[in-house]
Amino acid sequence: MGDVSLDNVNEMYLDVLKEIGNIGAGNATTAIATMINAKINMKVPKVQLMDASDLGGAICPEDETIVGIFLEVTNDISGSMMFLMRMDSAHYLINKLMGMERDIDSPFEEMELSALKEIGNIIAGSYLSALSNLTRLTLLPSVPYISVDMAAAILSVPAIMFGQYGDNALLIETEFGDDVMINGYFILMPDPESYAKLLASLGIVI
Amino acid sequence: MGEIIKVGMADLKIAKAPDILTTLGLGSCIGLTLYDPAAKIGGLVHYMLPDSTKLKNNTNIAKFGDTGIQELLNQMIKEGAVQRRLVAKIAGGACMFEVSGMTAVGNVGARNTEQAKTMLAEFKIPLIAEDTGLNYGRTVELDCSTGAFTIKAVGKEIKVI
Repeated sequence: MGDVSLDNVNEMYLDVLKEIGNIGAGNATTAIATMINAKINMKVPKVQLMDASDLGGAICPEDETIVGIFLEVTNDISGSMMFLMRMDSAHYLINKLMGMERDIDSPFEEMELSALKEIGNIIAGSYLSALSNLTRLTLLPSVPYISVDMAAAILSVPAIMFGQYGDNALLIETEFGDDVMINGYFILMPDPESYAKLLASLGIVI
Repeated sequence: MGEIIKVGMADLKIAKAPDILTTLGLGSCIGLTLYDPAAKIGGLVHYMLPDSTKLKNNTNIAKFGDTGIQELLNQMIKEGAVQRRLVAKIAGGACMFEVSGMTAVGNVGARNTEQAKTMLAEFKIPLIAEDTGLNYGRTVELDCSTGAFTIKAVGKEIKVI
Protein backbone atom coordinates (compact mmCIF):
# COMPACT_ATOMS: atom_id res chain seq x y z
CA MET A 1 0.00 0.00 0.00
CA GLY A 2 1.68 3.18 -1.15
CA ASP A 3 1.42 6.67 0.24
CA VAL A 4 -1.43 8.68 -1.13
CA SER A 5 -1.43 12.42 -1.44
CA LEU A 6 -3.98 14.77 -2.92
CA ASP A 7 -1.78 15.04 -5.99
CA ASN A 8 -2.14 11.46 -7.11
CA VAL A 9 -5.67 10.57 -6.05
CA ASN A 10 -7.93 9.79 -8.96
CA GLU A 11 -11.50 10.98 -9.46
CA MET A 12 -13.02 8.13 -7.46
CA TYR A 13 -10.79 8.56 -4.42
CA LEU A 14 -11.43 12.25 -4.53
CA ASP A 15 -15.18 11.61 -4.52
CA VAL A 16 -14.76 9.40 -1.48
CA LEU A 17 -12.69 12.03 0.30
CA LYS A 18 -15.31 14.63 -0.56
CA GLU A 19 -18.04 12.39 0.74
CA ILE A 20 -16.16 11.83 3.99
CA GLY A 21 -15.89 15.59 4.24
CA ASN A 22 -19.58 16.04 3.61
CA ILE A 23 -20.70 13.51 6.18
CA GLY A 24 -18.35 14.88 8.80
CA ALA A 25 -19.40 18.47 8.17
CA GLY A 26 -23.09 17.50 8.24
CA ASN A 27 -22.72 15.77 11.56
CA ALA A 28 -20.78 18.67 13.03
CA THR A 29 -23.37 21.18 11.87
CA THR A 30 -26.12 19.18 13.55
CA ALA A 31 -24.05 19.26 16.72
CA ILE A 32 -23.85 23.06 16.57
CA ALA A 33 -27.59 23.31 16.02
CA THR A 34 -28.21 21.21 19.13
CA MET A 35 -25.72 23.28 21.08
CA ILE A 36 -27.32 26.63 20.35
CA ASN A 37 -30.75 25.08 20.50
CA ALA A 38 -31.81 26.37 17.14
CA LYS A 39 -33.61 24.86 14.26
CA ILE A 40 -30.97 25.06 11.64
CA ASN A 41 -30.98 24.97 7.90
CA MET A 42 -27.93 23.66 6.22
CA LYS A 43 -26.63 23.80 2.68
CA VAL A 44 -24.78 20.95 1.03
CA PRO A 45 -21.13 21.45 1.94
CA LYS A 46 -18.88 22.65 -0.85
CA VAL A 47 -15.66 20.73 -1.24
CA GLN A 48 -12.81 22.43 -3.06
CA LEU A 49 -9.55 20.90 -4.16
CA MET A 50 -7.03 23.69 -4.53
CA ASP A 51 -3.37 24.54 -4.65
CA ALA A 52 -2.10 24.61 -1.05
CA SER A 53 -0.44 27.98 -1.61
CA ASP A 54 -3.85 29.49 -2.49
CA LEU A 55 -5.37 28.53 0.89
CA GLY A 56 -4.38 31.86 2.47
CA GLY A 57 -6.96 33.81 0.49
CA ALA A 58 -9.54 31.03 0.06
CA ILE A 59 -11.89 32.11 2.84
CA CYS A 60 -11.54 35.88 2.89
CA PRO A 61 -8.87 38.52 2.16
CA GLU A 62 -5.51 37.31 3.47
CA ASP A 63 -5.15 39.99 6.14
CA GLU A 64 -8.69 39.76 7.53
CA THR A 65 -8.84 38.45 11.10
CA ILE A 66 -10.48 35.04 11.48
CA VAL A 67 -10.82 32.32 14.11
CA GLY A 68 -8.95 29.06 13.64
CA ILE A 69 -9.32 26.00 15.84
CA PHE A 70 -6.74 23.27 15.43
CA LEU A 71 -6.77 19.70 16.74
CA GLU A 72 -4.48 16.77 16.33
CA VAL A 73 -5.98 13.40 15.51
CA THR A 74 -4.46 10.17 16.74
CA ASN A 75 -5.01 6.45 17.11
CA ASP A 76 -5.89 4.42 13.97
CA ILE A 77 -5.20 7.45 11.83
CA SER A 78 -2.77 10.26 12.54
CA GLY A 79 -3.08 13.77 11.29
CA SER A 80 -4.83 16.96 12.23
CA MET A 81 -7.93 18.97 11.47
CA MET A 82 -9.03 22.57 11.55
CA PHE A 83 -12.28 24.44 11.82
CA LEU A 84 -12.31 28.06 10.68
CA MET A 85 -14.82 30.88 10.91
CA ARG A 86 -14.91 34.52 9.97
CA MET A 87 -15.31 36.94 12.87
CA ASP A 88 -18.97 37.76 12.30
CA SER A 89 -19.88 34.06 12.34
CA ALA A 90 -17.78 33.40 15.45
CA HIS A 91 -19.37 36.30 17.33
CA TYR A 92 -22.83 35.27 16.27
CA LEU A 93 -22.26 31.71 17.45
CA ILE A 94 -20.84 32.80 20.81
CA ASN A 95 -23.63 35.28 21.39
CA LYS A 96 -26.17 32.54 20.68
CA LEU A 97 -24.40 30.08 22.90
CA MET A 98 -23.90 32.43 25.82
CA GLY A 99 -27.08 34.45 25.41
CA MET A 100 -25.23 37.70 24.91
CA GLU A 101 -25.52 40.61 22.50
CA ARG A 102 -21.93 41.69 22.11
CA ASP A 103 -20.74 43.76 19.23
CA ILE A 104 -19.06 41.78 16.47
CA ASP A 105 -16.15 44.20 16.38
CA SER A 106 -15.21 43.79 20.04
CA PRO A 107 -12.15 41.64 20.76
CA PHE A 108 -12.75 38.25 22.35
CA GLU A 109 -12.54 37.98 26.12
CA GLU A 110 -11.15 34.97 27.96
CA MET A 111 -14.63 33.53 28.46
CA GLU A 112 -15.47 33.83 24.78
CA LEU A 113 -12.22 32.18 23.78
CA SER A 114 -13.10 29.25 26.06
CA ALA A 115 -16.52 29.08 24.47
CA LEU A 116 -14.89 29.02 21.05
CA LYS A 117 -12.60 26.18 22.11
CA GLU A 118 -15.63 24.29 23.34
CA ILE A 119 -17.38 24.91 20.03
CA GLY A 120 -14.25 23.59 18.33
CA ASN A 121 -14.28 20.52 20.57
CA ILE A 122 -17.87 19.68 19.80
CA ILE A 123 -17.52 20.30 16.09
CA ALA A 124 -14.33 18.29 15.77
CA GLY A 125 -15.67 15.52 17.99
CA SER A 126 -18.83 15.10 15.94
CA TYR A 127 -16.90 15.34 12.69
CA LEU A 128 -14.53 12.59 13.81
CA SER A 129 -17.27 10.37 15.19
CA ALA A 130 -19.01 10.48 11.81
CA LEU A 131 -15.73 9.44 10.24
CA SER A 132 -15.27 6.72 12.86
CA ASN A 133 -18.71 5.26 12.23
CA LEU A 134 -18.12 5.20 8.54
CA THR A 135 -14.65 3.69 8.59
CA ARG A 136 -14.76 1.70 11.86
CA LEU A 137 -11.47 3.32 12.73
CA THR A 138 -10.85 4.85 16.15
CA LEU A 139 -10.06 8.55 15.86
CA LEU A 140 -9.18 10.58 18.92
CA PRO A 141 -8.98 14.39 18.90
CA SER A 142 -6.47 16.27 21.04
CA VAL A 143 -7.45 19.30 23.07
CA PRO A 144 -8.36 22.21 20.78
CA TYR A 145 -5.88 25.00 20.09
CA ILE A 146 -7.20 28.39 19.06
CA SER A 147 -5.82 31.34 17.15
CA VAL A 148 -7.51 34.62 16.29
CA ASP A 149 -5.32 36.20 13.65
CA MET A 150 -4.86 37.04 9.98
CA ALA A 151 -6.43 34.46 7.66
CA ALA A 152 -3.26 33.82 5.69
CA ALA A 153 -1.23 33.33 8.87
CA ILE A 154 -3.69 30.78 10.28
CA LEU A 155 -4.09 29.06 6.93
CA SER A 156 -0.31 28.82 6.54
CA VAL A 157 -0.56 25.95 9.03
CA PRO A 158 -2.66 23.64 6.82
CA ALA A 159 -0.91 24.97 3.71
CA ILE A 160 2.39 23.78 5.17
CA MET A 161 0.91 20.47 6.32
CA PHE A 162 -0.38 19.74 2.82
CA GLY A 163 2.71 21.29 1.29
CA GLN A 164 4.92 18.70 2.96
CA TYR A 165 3.40 15.97 0.85
CA GLY A 166 2.27 17.66 -2.33
CA ASP A 167 0.75 20.77 -3.84
CA ASN A 168 -2.97 20.23 -3.27
CA ALA A 169 -5.27 20.89 -0.32
CA LEU A 170 -8.91 20.06 0.35
CA LEU A 171 -11.15 22.74 1.86
CA ILE A 172 -14.74 22.03 2.91
CA GLU A 173 -17.14 24.91 3.30
CA THR A 174 -20.36 24.50 5.22
CA GLU A 175 -23.14 27.04 5.50
CA PHE A 176 -25.83 26.79 8.15
CA GLY A 177 -28.07 28.92 10.30
CA ASP A 178 -31.57 29.97 11.29
CA ASP A 179 -32.24 33.60 10.45
CA VAL A 180 -28.57 34.40 10.02
CA MET A 181 -26.40 32.08 7.95
CA ILE A 182 -22.99 31.12 9.33
CA ASN A 183 -20.06 29.96 7.25
CA GLY A 184 -17.63 27.47 8.65
CA TYR A 185 -14.68 25.75 6.98
CA PHE A 186 -13.19 22.35 7.66
CA ILE A 187 -9.78 21.13 6.71
CA LEU A 188 -8.88 17.52 7.34
CA MET A 189 -5.20 16.67 7.14
CA PRO A 190 -4.43 12.97 7.40
CA ASP A 191 -0.76 12.01 7.26
CA PRO A 192 0.11 10.34 3.91
CA GLU A 193 0.00 6.79 5.26
CA SER A 194 -3.38 7.56 6.81
CA TYR A 195 -5.02 8.40 3.46
CA ALA A 196 -4.41 4.84 2.34
CA LYS A 197 -5.83 3.52 5.64
CA LEU A 198 -8.89 5.73 5.34
CA LEU A 199 -9.58 4.56 1.82
CA ALA A 200 -8.83 0.91 2.63
CA SER A 201 -11.28 1.00 5.52
CA LEU A 202 -13.94 1.97 2.99
CA GLY A 203 -13.07 -1.00 0.82
CA ILE A 204 -10.95 0.90 -1.68
CA VAL A 205 -7.66 -0.79 -2.36
CA ILE A 206 -4.85 1.22 -3.82
CA MET B 1 4.63 57.08 -4.78
CA GLY B 2 5.56 53.70 -6.17
CA GLU B 3 3.48 50.71 -6.90
CA ILE B 4 2.64 48.12 -4.21
CA ILE B 5 3.56 44.69 -5.52
CA LYS B 6 2.01 41.70 -3.80
CA VAL B 7 3.94 38.51 -3.23
CA GLY B 8 1.78 35.43 -2.56
CA MET B 9 2.50 32.31 -0.56
CA ALA B 10 5.24 30.22 -2.24
CA ASP B 11 6.06 33.19 -4.43
CA LEU B 12 8.92 35.64 -5.00
CA LYS B 13 9.29 39.01 -6.69
CA ILE B 14 11.87 41.69 -7.38
CA ALA B 15 11.20 45.45 -7.50
CA LYS B 16 13.05 48.76 -7.76
CA ALA B 17 12.56 52.12 -6.03
CA PRO B 18 10.02 53.65 -5.58
CA ASP B 19 8.00 50.41 -5.54
CA ILE B 20 7.00 48.50 -2.41
CA LEU B 21 6.96 44.73 -2.08
CA THR B 22 4.42 43.24 0.33
CA THR B 23 3.20 39.86 1.52
CA LEU B 24 0.10 39.44 3.67
CA GLY B 25 -0.30 37.30 6.76
CA LEU B 26 2.94 35.42 7.24
CA GLY B 27 2.31 32.63 9.72
CA SER B 28 4.89 29.87 10.03
CA CYS B 29 6.17 30.84 6.59
CA ILE B 30 9.14 33.18 6.20
CA GLY B 31 9.20 36.49 4.37
CA LEU B 32 12.86 37.07 3.47
CA THR B 33 13.99 40.27 1.79
CA LEU B 34 17.24 41.08 0.04
CA TYR B 35 18.09 44.72 -0.60
CA ASP B 36 20.84 46.48 -2.50
CA PRO B 37 20.94 50.01 -1.00
CA ALA B 38 23.06 51.44 -3.83
CA ALA B 39 21.03 50.10 -6.75
CA LYS B 40 17.80 50.40 -4.72
CA ILE B 41 16.69 46.97 -5.81
CA GLY B 42 14.70 44.80 -3.42
CA GLY B 43 13.45 41.24 -3.50
CA LEU B 44 11.00 39.31 -1.35
CA VAL B 45 10.43 35.57 -1.13
CA HIS B 46 7.56 34.02 0.89
CA TYR B 47 8.49 30.38 1.41
CA MET B 48 6.55 27.68 3.25
CA LEU B 49 9.02 24.92 4.03
CA PRO B 50 12.75 24.92 4.75
CA ASP B 51 14.08 22.17 2.54
CA SER B 52 13.17 21.04 -0.97
CA THR B 53 15.38 17.96 -0.82
CA LYS B 54 13.01 16.37 1.73
CA LEU B 55 10.28 16.13 -0.90
CA LYS B 56 9.74 14.28 -4.12
CA ASN B 57 7.39 16.89 -5.46
CA ASN B 58 9.48 20.06 -5.34
CA THR B 59 8.93 21.84 -8.62
CA ASN B 60 7.77 25.13 -7.08
CA ILE B 61 11.09 26.69 -6.14
CA ALA B 62 9.57 29.60 -4.19
CA LYS B 63 7.86 27.13 -1.85
CA PHE B 64 11.14 26.15 -0.17
CA GLY B 65 13.79 28.10 1.70
CA ASP B 66 16.79 26.51 0.01
CA THR B 67 15.63 26.91 -3.60
CA GLY B 68 13.60 30.08 -2.98
CA ILE B 69 16.43 32.13 -1.47
CA GLN B 70 18.84 30.91 -4.17
CA GLU B 71 16.40 31.94 -6.91
CA LEU B 72 15.75 35.32 -5.27
CA LEU B 73 19.48 35.98 -5.20
CA ASN B 74 19.88 34.93 -8.85
CA GLN B 75 17.08 37.24 -9.97
CA MET B 76 18.43 40.16 -7.92
CA ILE B 77 21.82 39.83 -9.57
CA LYS B 78 20.20 39.56 -12.99
CA GLU B 79 18.38 42.83 -12.28
CA GLY B 80 21.65 44.57 -11.50
CA ALA B 81 22.09 44.07 -7.74
CA VAL B 82 25.58 43.31 -6.45
CA GLN B 83 25.84 40.37 -4.08
CA ARG B 84 28.42 41.91 -1.69
CA ARG B 85 26.20 44.98 -1.21
CA LEU B 86 23.12 42.96 -0.31
CA VAL B 87 21.58 42.98 3.14
CA ALA B 88 18.79 40.70 4.35
CA LYS B 89 15.84 41.01 6.71
CA ILE B 90 13.39 38.29 7.72
CA ALA B 91 9.99 38.03 9.40
CA GLY B 92 7.52 35.23 10.14
CA GLY B 93 8.38 31.75 11.36
CA ALA B 94 5.65 31.90 13.98
CA CYS B 95 4.06 28.97 15.73
CA MET B 96 0.37 29.78 15.20
CA PHE B 97 -0.96 27.06 17.50
CA GLU B 98 0.87 26.19 20.68
CA VAL B 99 0.80 22.49 20.00
CA SER B 100 2.70 20.42 22.52
CA GLY B 101 5.68 18.37 21.44
CA MET B 102 7.94 18.58 18.45
CA THR B 103 5.37 17.94 15.76
CA ALA B 104 5.65 19.38 12.27
CA VAL B 105 3.13 22.07 13.20
CA GLY B 106 5.06 22.94 16.34
CA ASN B 107 8.46 23.54 14.87
CA VAL B 108 8.20 24.31 11.16
CA GLY B 109 8.37 28.05 11.89
CA ALA B 110 11.62 27.64 13.79
CA ARG B 111 13.07 25.40 11.06
CA ASN B 112 12.10 27.96 8.43
CA THR B 113 13.90 30.70 10.39
CA GLU B 114 16.96 28.48 10.82
CA GLN B 115 17.07 27.78 7.09
CA ALA B 116 17.11 31.51 6.27
CA LYS B 117 20.13 32.00 8.54
CA THR B 118 21.98 29.01 7.11
CA MET B 119 21.43 30.13 3.52
CA LEU B 120 22.39 33.75 4.20
CA ALA B 121 25.58 32.67 5.95
CA GLU B 122 26.43 30.52 2.95
CA PHE B 123 25.94 33.47 0.57
CA LYS B 124 27.78 35.80 3.01
CA ILE B 125 24.80 38.16 3.07
CA PRO B 126 24.40 39.87 6.47
CA LEU B 127 21.05 39.45 8.24
CA ILE B 128 20.59 42.94 9.63
CA ALA B 129 17.12 42.65 11.15
CA GLU B 130 14.57 40.00 12.04
CA ASP B 131 11.15 39.71 13.63
CA THR B 132 10.47 36.00 13.93
CA GLY B 133 8.90 33.35 16.13
CA LEU B 134 6.16 33.83 18.75
CA ASN B 135 2.56 32.99 17.96
CA TYR B 136 1.10 35.64 15.70
CA GLY B 137 0.79 36.47 12.01
CA ARG B 138 2.65 39.30 10.29
CA THR B 139 2.06 41.40 7.18
CA VAL B 140 5.30 42.86 5.83
CA GLU B 141 6.35 45.59 3.39
CA LEU B 142 9.75 46.29 1.89
CA ASP B 143 10.19 49.86 0.69
CA CYS B 144 12.65 49.63 -2.21
CA SER B 145 13.55 53.34 -1.87
CA THR B 146 14.93 52.96 1.64
CA GLY B 147 15.13 49.25 2.48
CA ALA B 148 12.78 49.86 5.43
CA PHE B 149 10.93 46.69 6.41
CA THR B 150 7.53 47.38 7.97
CA ILE B 151 5.73 44.73 10.02
CA LYS B 152 2.06 44.81 10.93
CA ALA B 153 0.32 42.38 13.27
CA VAL B 154 -3.20 42.17 14.68
CA GLY B 155 -3.54 44.24 17.85
CA LYS B 156 0.12 45.32 17.84
CA GLU B 157 2.01 48.51 17.05
CA ILE B 158 3.44 48.80 13.55
CA LYS B 159 7.14 48.00 13.62
CA VAL B 160 9.81 49.21 11.19
CA ILE B 161 13.03 47.22 11.24
